[in-house]
Amino acid sequence: MTEPILSVHNICKSFGALKASNDVSLDLREGEIHALIGPNGAGKSTLIQQIAGGLRPDSGTIRFNGADITRESTVARARRGLGRTFQISSLAMDMSVLQNAMLGALGRRGDALRFFTPVMKDSALLDVAHDALAQVGLEDFAAARTAELSHGQRRQLEVAVALTLSPRAFLMDEPMAGLGTEGSHRLMGFLDTLRQRAPILLVEHDMDAVFSLADRISVLVYGEVIATGAGPEIRVDPLVRSAYLGEEAEA
Amino acid sequence: MRAETILNAALLAMLVAVALWAWTADEPFIITLVTKVAIFAIAGIGLNLALGLGGLVSLGHAAFFGIGGYAMGILASHAQSYTPLMEWPLLVEGTKSMPVIWLVAILAGALTALVIGALSLRTTGVYFIMITLAFGQMFYYFAISWPAYGGEDGLPIYVRNGFPGLNTLDPIQYFALCFAVMCAVLLLVARIAASPFGLALSGARQNPQRVQAVGLVPYRLFLVAFTISGAITALSGALYADLNRFVSPTMFSWQTSGEIMIFVILGGVGRLFGPVAGAALFIALEHVLGGLSEFWHIYLGALLLVVVLFARGGLIGLVAGREVAHD
Ligand SMILES: Nc1ncnc2c1ncn2[C@@H]1O[C@H](COP(=O)(O)OP(=O)(O)OP(=O)(O)O)[C@@H](O)[C@H]1O
Ligand SMILES: [Mg+2]
Repeated sequence: MTEPILSVHNICKSFGALKASNDVSLDLREGEIHALIGPNGAGKSTLIQQIAGGLRPDSGTIRFNGADITRESTVARARRGLGRTFQISSLAMDMSVLQNAMLGALGRRGDALRFFTPVMKDSALLDVAHDALAQVGLEDFAAARTAELSHGQRRQLEVAVALTLSPRAFLMDEPMAGLGTEGSHRLMGFLDTLRQRAPILLVEHDMDAVFSLADRISVLVYGEVIATGAGPEIRVDPLVRSAYLGEEAEA
Repeated sequence: MRAETILNAALLAMLVAVALWAWTADEPFIITLVTKVAIFAIAGIGLNLALGLGGLVSLGHAAFFGIGGYAMGILASHAQSYTPLMEWPLLVEGTKSMPVIWLVAILAGALTALVIGALSLRTTGVYFIMITLAFGQMFYYFAISWPAYGGEDGLPIYVRNGFPGLNTLDPIQYFALCFAVMCAVLLLVARIAASPFGLALSGARQNPQRVQAVGLVPYRLFLVAFTISGAITALSGALYADLNRFVSPTMFSWQTSGEIMIFVILGGVGRLFGPVAGAALFIALEHVLGGLSEFWHIYLGALLLVVVLFARGGLIGLVAGREVAHD
């Protein structure tokens, strides 16, 4: 079998006495959605951050597309084709929705040091940006100020900006939070087809979405991966049931 | 048309109208005041590129203003004393030609801003303010203690430098020249703001993390903005020195940095014409209130407080409303 596009080996990360990542290993293969689930504070976002470059692991390695990226900057990783969405939306709030998407398209093209052409008339960039907005269903809001979007719409815009990068792999931290049932279903349908373009490491709390979408699921509890496998295996895994799914069933 | 566009046009028309009126009424002092507005506006437009678009609160822009001033002073003083700047390894003579002086001022300003920016941009927030302030002060004390070009007393130039086809000693002609330069700079900055670089810079100001996630380096964007900003402010310094036919270390003082920032804040941070409105208001206040009381800075301070507390968009924002997130 070919090497997975992304592989995380024995990552450890502590905040003081708290082990946010405790010897975590997992990988992401072409064509799959790999869901990362676990209770609040399990260390899911911390792991995504380390893969994306916002945090350095204390030890362990991260390989992406055949290269060791453990020590690389966020920017270098983005340029290699890691597209991510943030759990807490991280957008340019005073810009229009379209401008945020244009920023992604510009970053992808990598020629931001051009001073005299009007960027909002650049048809190549506009095509990419509008296309990405249309894919997530935000085309009607292109002219809106980003700060005026609902939380769910901001999540959608996060995904759209990631799309403009046409990345080799997606890291998505709770893209469906705040979307409502209809929006969630729409995004689920979209992610379902997106995995063919680039695999997705998906952090998600919505268990219905996770079990219907994910090819594989990793369960993180107290910074440790306690199980990795296909949905049906995870559902019946006794460790997972007692540590995580069980509590939900009781609640 | 947008309210802001109309306001901008009105501002330009007003400057021209005041200058023409003063010309027909034979009031050279008023012409000098309007010329000062145009020159200060350029300094502010420069700062506004860093501050408004890039969010870089620089309290050291006097460094660039002063460098522009001394570029003029040094070149012109050598020309008027017929002594070359240096003879080895190649002969460099002074000059009384404005275009050449401007070019030197712009290059020197850009280079200084590149160095200061490269060091200062490793910090953010209050530290950035303090480190830019410190650099400005370094230049100030250097200018004071460097005897070759007048030291503390400054350096007078006997005849204003020349511009092809113009009599720069005629106040209205020098105003026209400065006004034209200001318009050119406005046009340049408007284009930059609308360019790919402008979008990326604005993104880096609003959310550096976002810009990194799309594969762009905020530090580089900020550094380029700071460099262009310094170059523009240096150009303004050269014009100012020529207006006064005098350069002195005061151009480097932190009060100068503060005043440039006041133009921007009064007029509207991040608004293209903000510094024009701000410089006009500043000069008008200085002229009117300064005539009434020595302590006019108190009123200026009160006005600044009002703007910062209640009218964040400055004069432009007050009249034209909030900036639209236009396409
Ligand atoms: N920068 C930090 N400094 C100290 N502690 C941190 C830091 N970031 C995260 N933590 C802690 O690490 C643990 C894991 O946080 P993380 O955000 O990764 O959880 P999560 O699984 O994403 O949770 P959620 O489902 O609520 O998003 C939490 O206990 C959190 O308080
Ligand atoms: Mg999280």
